[in-house]
Amino acid sequence: MSRAAKALAIPAALLVAAEIAIRLSGTTSLAVAPPSSVVMALLAALGDGTMLAATRDTLACAFGGLIVGGAIGLVLGLLFGLVRPLDRLMELTVEAIRPIPSVALIPIGMLSLGFGYGFEIAIVAFACVWTMLIMTRAAIAGIEPRLLEVSRALRLSTHQRIFKIVIPAALPRIIVALRLAAGFALVVAVTVEIAANPQGLGYGILIAQQSLSPQLMLAYLLWIGLVGYGLNVLLSLAQQRLLGRAAMVEVRQ
Amino acid sequence: MGRADLHGLAGQNACAAGPTAIEFQNVDLSYSGKPILADLSLAVGKGEIVCIIGPSGCGKTTALRVAGGLVQPGSGSVTVGGKPITGPRRDVAIVFQDYGKALLPWRTAAGNVSLALEAAGTPVRERKDRIHVLLEKVGLHGHADKYPTEMSGGMQQRLQIARCLAQEPSVLLMDEPFGALDAMTRQTLQDETLSIVAETGATVFFVTHDLEEAIYLGDRVIGLLPNPGRIGTIARVDLPRPRNQLETREMPEFLRLRRTLFDFIEKAEG
Repeated sequence: MSRAAKALAIPAALLVAAEIAIRLSGTTSLAVAPPSSVVMALLAALGDGTMLAATRDTLACAFGGLIVGGAIGLVLGLLFGLVRPLDRLMELTVEAIRPIPSVALIPIGMLSLGFGYGFEIAIVAFACVWTMLIMTRAAIAGIEPRLLEVSRALRLSTHQRIFKIVIPAALPRIIVALRLAAGFALVVAVTVEIAANPQGLGYGILIAQQSLSPQLMLAYLLWIGLVGYGLNVLLSLAQQRLLGRAAMVEVRQ
Repeated sequence: MGRADLHGLAGQNACAAGPTAIEFQNVDLSYSGKPILADLSLAVGKGEIVCIIGPSGCGKTTALRVAGGLVQPGSGSVTVGGKPITGPRRDVAIVFQDYGKALLPWRTAAGNVSLALEAAGTPVRERKDRIHVLLEKVGLHGHADKYPTEMSGGMQQRLQIARCLAQEPSVLLMDEPFGALDAMTRQTLQDETLSIVAETGATVFFVTHDLEEAIYLGDRVIGLLPNPGRIGTIARVDLPRPRNQLETREMPEFLRLRRTLFDFIEKAEG
């Protein structure tokens, strides 16, 4: 038996067992559905376009928030990493705001921004800022001191030092931060949709639950898992493609 | 073994004949109250190769860092080419021991040499030829597109030397540059360094813990004493140049110097 077949054997057996058990028991539970009807529901929702529209909304908000929050976090992280006095000055402020769970801002966001993309993007952005900020700052602090000494010895200008030494040296870790933040972005986007915002995959799963349709609810769950997995694979590929040598350095470290 | 007259030199001006390239004048330096260098005065002549030896903690690397402008002395001054050192200068190049950390892993060999040219503001169209010449000079022709991680230790150190030569330095500060290399590579690089220096006429301040390397390379070998770092001995090396790994190392004068310096180190450590 090949490795792939071995790896798939247990999940496949469990799915078959679930199918048989649910069919035989004749359960009327609203939390479970036979795997075959989940797949049928998924295909139907994909076919009529509702699932794809919901995916578009969720990804638009997740990426929008990731771009806005990631950019703010990156710039602040670079600033704090490069200008130590500024880092100390801002430390209390950052540490006071950072622990606020992003989803706790949903009520305020709803009141001030109303439903829709802006509100959801703002909450996702808040969640992404801190991951990027903290990890970018740490990436800069972790740069090999000898490299900075080389930049002094060669008399690189501040501009050259930042763009030729600091950013390339910190880049592998910044990319890891971006991948982590992307994971958070999807989680927070779906959470905001379940809790408040009437759009996207989170809202879809909520409506399926409320319309007593467990197969559709589970189909959404399965789809969100696939989207998350796809996103991670995509970012991982992008990391290798874009960075090449720098990504390999990170692996060696 | 003439130990008395060796120690008589401690604290005195160690002058070189001819024009001076590097001059330490009464340099004192301490880190958080602990004296590292005490009243260090030393002159290195233009084109001279001076090797610094001494037990660990004698401040030999610190002295090199002061000369490179990476550290400011507490009192006293260091001048290079007659001008006081207030920070790193382009005419003073530093070869670090840990070549693996001193090279940019995301740049190829050519890219690493290019960094020094970019810093100096060399026009883009001139860089390619300069890089080619520099890599050829250190025996890395044909390796321009390799990344440091694809190179052996000896090749990486050659690359760092090429980057330093790109600064067109009048002074080369070398901090145990071959300490991490195997014996054969070390000897090859010693000879290559000597021929490069002979070609460029650069002054060399060479820190090492290898006595034989110090004698083999140097015009003078200066032994430092620890706690605080100060000059303990100065040995003039009157061995003919060009030097030869076999013949030079078998000469009676080489062996005599090795014995003298070995005794010095043993006493300094004890």
